[in-house]
Amino acid sequence: MTGGRTLSSRIFMNWELYLFLAPALLFFLVFCYWPMYGIQIAFKNFSPVKGITGSPWVGFEHFERFFHSYYFGDLLWNTFSLSLYELAVGFPLPIILALAFNEVRNGFFKKTVQTVTYAPHFISVVVMAGMIITFLSPSSGMIVKFIEFLGFQSPDFLTDPRWFKTVYVLSGVWQSTGWGTIIYLAALSAVDPQLHEAAIMDGASRFKRMLHINVPTIIPTITILLILNVGNILGIGYEKVLLLQNSLNMDSSDIISTFVYRSGLVSAQYSFSTAVGLFNSVVNAILLVAVNRLAKRTSETSLW
Amino acid sequence: MKASGPIRESGVDRFFLVVTYCFLAIALIIVLYPVVYIISASISSPKFVSSGEMWLFPKGLTFDGYKLVFENPKIWLGYRNTIVYTVLGTLLNLLLTIPSAYALSRTDLVGRKLFLALILVTMFFSGGLIPTYLVVKDLGLVNTLWALILPTGVSVWNLIVARTFFQSSIPKELQEAAQVDGCSNTRLFVQIILPLSAPIIAVMTLFYGVNQWNSYFPALIYLNDTDKYPLQMVLRQILVLQEMSAETTGAAISSDIAQAMNNKAEIASLVKYAVIIVSTLPIIVIYPFVQRYFVQGVMIGSVKG
Repeated sequence: MTGGRTLSSRIFMNWELYLFLAPALLFFLVFCYWPMYGIQIAFKNFSPVKGITGSPWVGFEHFERFFHSYYFGDLLWNTFSLSLYELAVGFPLPIILALAFNEVRNGFFKKTVQTVTYAPHFISVVVMAGMIITFLSPSSGMIVKFIEFLGFQSPDFLTDPRWFKTVYVLSGVWQSTGWGTIIYLAALSAVDPQLHEAAIMDGASRFKRMLHINVPTIIPTITILLILNVGNILGIGYEKVLLLQNSLNMDSSDIISTFVYRSGLVSAQYSFSTAVGLFNSVVNAILLVAVNRLAKRTSETSLW
Repeated sequence: MKASGPIRESGVDRFFLVVTYCFLAIALIIVLYPVVYIISASISSPKFVSSGEMWLFPKGLTFDGYKLVFENPKIWLGYRNTIVYTVLGTLLNLLLTIPSAYALSRTDLVGRKLFLALILVTMFFSGGLIPTYLVVKDLGLVNTLWALILPTGVSVWNLIVARTFFQSSIPKELQEAAQVDGCSNTRLFVQIILPLSAPIIAVMTLFYGVNQWNSYFPALIYLNDTDKYPLQMVLRQILVLQEMSAETTGAAISSDIAQAMNNKAEIASLVKYAVIIVSTLPIIVIYPFVQRYFVQGVMIGSVKG
């Protein structure tokens, strides 16, 4: 690394490192960048026989068809509202839970609650959907039985479109709130104990110390995670939606990504589906850049 | 922490702590209850489960659900496939991730910033479902196990976590000393870096392994033969599509047809609880032992994005 060496000798000195890197780079080129080349079929009438380059250009035809279709408004609304609903309910809860963990001294109780609340994170999305369907089954579901036990008429959670989003969001909260605390706990471990000692001397209560010492410490972490979440607002995880979707709740459960799956792979409208997917990615990228810029200006915390 | 000992906690503080403990206790119950319920329901008589009489402890003990799950050849096949995909997939994940993460952690690697940018872009922008599908198809991977393990070869997030580990936990002096001694990068990596990297290798194995074990979507889009289905696809048929195959229910159907129809529905729900347990069991069993590695993994990753 001493100066004066030429670029090529510096590269040659570490030639083995490039060999370490090569397989991973090959992976990214084949499975990430090659598909990006394929995006052009969004502007073509792709036919598998003619191939990507052989298919004729049609410009923005597929985009126009999507924007003018009667389901465009519904899809956009469902995607946005489901995502914002999840953000509004699911984002603050791990922060509150982490702050609560932080107040409790290390002990059996704390460890137990942590171990248990982290665990649902590892349940597969298929099993999770199976649990939701079983628990909400109108005839024998545990939750339905409980609501009836309390003397209420249980709604049809799985078939009533009005309930789909709540079912989706609350089951997500159950599965991921505990796991979400880890990153905040890591940030909280950086709090300077001297601040607390000084605050105790000044007679600050536990609650006040949490609010004025612990919360400000994790604000940068909160900001970063918020940026990432907002930047992914149209990229809401579709695997669970796809599993919970049925013909009766379609009005509120159909989101852009499930539509891409259906129109693309089930109905084989390759070009149209790619155009819809591209629209989704572009909106996401714009949101990410915008939120990041906003965060940079207001709090000086940003992704880049 | 002892500093606060002599000062007596005020009433306000004690009240706040009580509220905190209650909050955590409620969180514990909310998360734990459904799990306990499933375990109990899987070994209870379906009659008591569907009537709501079984609400915490097993009632009318029966192991028929497990018996049917173990007799179902589809579940066994799915299990075997998943084990193969998980082992091969995770191995490939590690081979692709660990050496490249190390290379990217070296500040003397010319072009490091460019490679990193190239990789990070894929986190925020991708070709999307159809173009990716077409690539996999063009490569002739559709309906082979490679379609499940190659396209998920590297997770950018995991790569960054591993790179952060190498940057923050491996002293730079080791590399400098090795270079002074004329040790090649390969020898340095294999004989010095890797033995020090046990924590990150453990974390990566766990992250990737769980991912492979739980994944269903690649199988849904790339596999045609049900014989190749991983466990999660079999579960999807039983739990979500509610397709109880003849093999599953046939064994328990009695001679009386009306009785049989009734039984079938009850047995179906019993099998669902049992199958949830059986498929999640490996993760439940190893989870308490490896939990701290998982937590460590997230912590390493959160030091600096």
